[in-house]
Amino acid sequence: MNKQRGLEARWATLTTLVVVFLGLAAGAYASDSEDPAPGRAMAQQAVKERAHWTTTDHSQLAALQKDFCSGDAITAACLSCHSDAGEQFKQTIHWTWIGDTSADGKQYGKAGDSLNNFCISTNRMNDQSCADCHPGWKGKEAGINCLNCHSQKKVNWSEAFEDYTAFSQSNDPEEKELAQEIQKEIRSAAQSIGRPTRQNCGECHFKGGGGDGVKHGDLDSSLAKPNRILDVHMGLDGQDFKCTRCHTTVNHNVAGRIYSKPAFTERKSLIQDDLTAKISCESCHGNTPHQKGDKANDHTDKVACQSCHIPEFARVLPTKMSWDWSQAGKLKDGKPYKEKGPEGTIDYMSIKGAFTWQKNVRPEYAWFNGSMQTMTVKDTIDPSKTVAVSAPTGSPDDPHSRIFPFKVHRGKQPYDKVNKNFVAPLLSGPDGYWTTLDWKRSISKGMGFMEVPYSGEFDFVPTTYHFPTTHMVAPKENVVSCVQCHVRQGGRLADIAGVYMPGRDRSKPLDLLGWVAILGALIGVGIHGLGRVFTTGRRKE
Amino acid sequence: MSKKMINIYLYTRYERFWHWLQAVSIILLLLSGFEVHGVYTLFGFQTAVTMHNFVGLAWLIAFAFFVFWIFTTGEWRQYIPTTKKLLSVIRYYSYGIFRGEAHPVPKRIDAKHNPLQRLTYLGLAAFLLPFQMVTGFLYWGYNSWASWGLSGLSLRVIGVLHTLGAFSILTFLVIHVYMTTTGHSLLAHIRAMISGWEEVSEDTPIEAWEQARSKRSTT
Repeated sequence: MNKQRGLEARWATLTTLVVVFLGLAAGAYASDSEDPAPGRAMAQQAVKERAHWTTTDHSQLAALQKDFCSGDAITAACLSCHSDAGEQFKQTIHWTWIGDTSADGKQYGKAGDSLNNFCISTNRMNDQSCADCHPGWKGKEAGINCLNCHSQKKVNWSEAFEDYTAFSQSNDPEEKELAQEIQKEIRSAAQSIGRPTRQNCGECHFKGGGGDGVKHGDLDSSLAKPNRILDVHMGLDGQDFKCTRCHTTVNHNVAGRIYSKPAFTERKSLIQDDLTAKISCESCHGNTPHQKGDKANDHTDKVACQSCHIPEFARVLPTKMSWDWSQAGKLKDGKPYKEKGPEGTIDYMSIKGAFTWQKNVRPEYAWFNGSMQTMTVKDTIDPSKTVAVSAPTGSPDDPHSRIFPFKVHRGKQPYDKVNKNFVAPLLSGPDGYWTTLDWKRSISKGMGFMEVPYSGEFDFVPTTYHFPTTHMVAPKENVVSCVQCHVRQGGRLADIAGVYMPGRDRSKPLDLLGWVAILGALIGVGIHGLGRVFTTGRRKE
Repeated sequence: MSKKMINIYLYTRYERFWHWLQAVSIILLLLSGFEVHGVYTLFGFQTAVTMHNFVGLAWLIAFAFFVFWIFTTGEWRQYIPTTKKLLSVIRYYSYGIFRGEAHPVPKRIDAKHNPLQRLTYLGLAAFLLPFQMVTGFLYWGYNSWASWGLSGLSLRVIGVLHTLGAFSILTFLVIHVYMTTTGHSLLAHIRAMISGWEEVSEDTPIEAWEQARSKRSTT
């Protein structure tokens, strides 16, 4: 009886201890989920002040109360107050399209020797179609078009000034009135001044490569008015960030990636340096943004925020994934033609070649220290392999490198068979390939502008071009889950070397040995047990 | 064959609690650990990681109490390795047990472990489990290695060593669980580890105070 009670007491003690143990575990769990993640709290603090305030209403300024009959007249009016803006702006890459000049004389940048596997090159700004995106009134020669980035109204300027000049010189009162209408529109655009909006930036950056979503998988017109599912920061129903929220500006230099130069060299937060550019996630969210004890915090030394928080890019509109120039030049009934694919995308154009498009694309991942290595027309290539026209630099051993997501655009583009370098065919204009469909002529014309010799013989080589993926940040409920990387085969990071990942990596010999040992133990005790069963039986007989 | 059986109080309350707490911890650690290792899906990877970290650290803390207990009670003496009668124990398990022979080293209060158990449990408590705790703790603290002055370590090496430990413990567990069935009845040893009382033959030499107590309880 005593023993019985003693047992019960012991069981009660044991049960209590187990309950306390489990309770502690549950408590540790629950307390975690109450406070907001520190990275979130910090970022909310950083963007707390929402009201945009200004001390100037441009529609009231005397300098803007006149008739403008040219772009340069508007720019002159702007500079009459913003005296240093012009000089500042002309130093920026937005104007020069020139990145760095390397030691061996290669000039990086769109206007330099760099090339890509889309429209390949601007032929040192001699291809006029590229100048559509240059923020001058007419390419680099004429003055700066301040309104490109700062006006909240969109105007087709060349048409507007042409019509205005024509109608205002007419004697027809109706045409005169029309001229006044156009002038009103011009003046209104010149007076609607503000910081660049998503629309301003997007006018070029959504359409890089010649169309919506062509170049960047994470930048297209769906970001003009996104919801928070598409971009948690930019979403109109979310934080409603404009591009300039992160792309902060000093002397008209907009923070962001510039070719070989990383957007930032140190991952500092505003708490560590309140004047730091807000260009990195860490700027506002810090290095360990998740809740204390959250395993995700332990990843930030190796994995970029973007790798988990941008599960797919091109989530609304398709992006171009490949461009095969070698297919260009086919004719139908003796004429160039276009062909649409089943998804409504243009999959073939005689003047450009064959394309593929994709939506909801899972990025490819690579170690990235923030610098891209880009090819120029002056680089020698090995055409027997796929050539990386641009590739991320970085390594697992570098503390500044992270595993980063990329859109990889695969191309097939012309190169010089004898000199073993890429060629830059001229595309638009009377001598351009788009008019002539004549490779030899357009290449030699284009290479003339590049001042690089051309042997006259060309062929096509497969190429890749990497774009860092950093926009289209998904809300936290849609982030990449652990097992999409921590899995034996087919994970997102299956090809990432230089890091031991639980769930993906193991020592195969050890695993084999381990399972053999366990199987051996099971078989051993099985046989031993059976032996006991049989011998006990015999003993009883 | 039929001898009179008597009960002796072999395992104290803390000892039993510790045994089962450690058993639960190790089983949870094995289950979650092999999931993190990519062998199967059970709790879900994230839960498995959280569970593994929590149980692992809790075990580490609890183990400190066990070390305290084992030294303050003098129970560490139960783990002193000996080769005396080791061969006859091995002979018993590989031969005598099938013949219905008596165990060469029956359990007594001052010698709960036979020579084979002493070796096994010493290896386990002094080497394998601490090895697993150290590799596990280092694994868990991976992000702090630089601040601990351990930046020369390789996560791969630690990961592989920790896996080696896990396989060893699982192998032990398989045999250990089987060995519990080798008492005078299938569940005798397990019952003993739950209640503390083990049935042994009457002719087993038992200390006087112990015998008295067992007689009182068996009435």
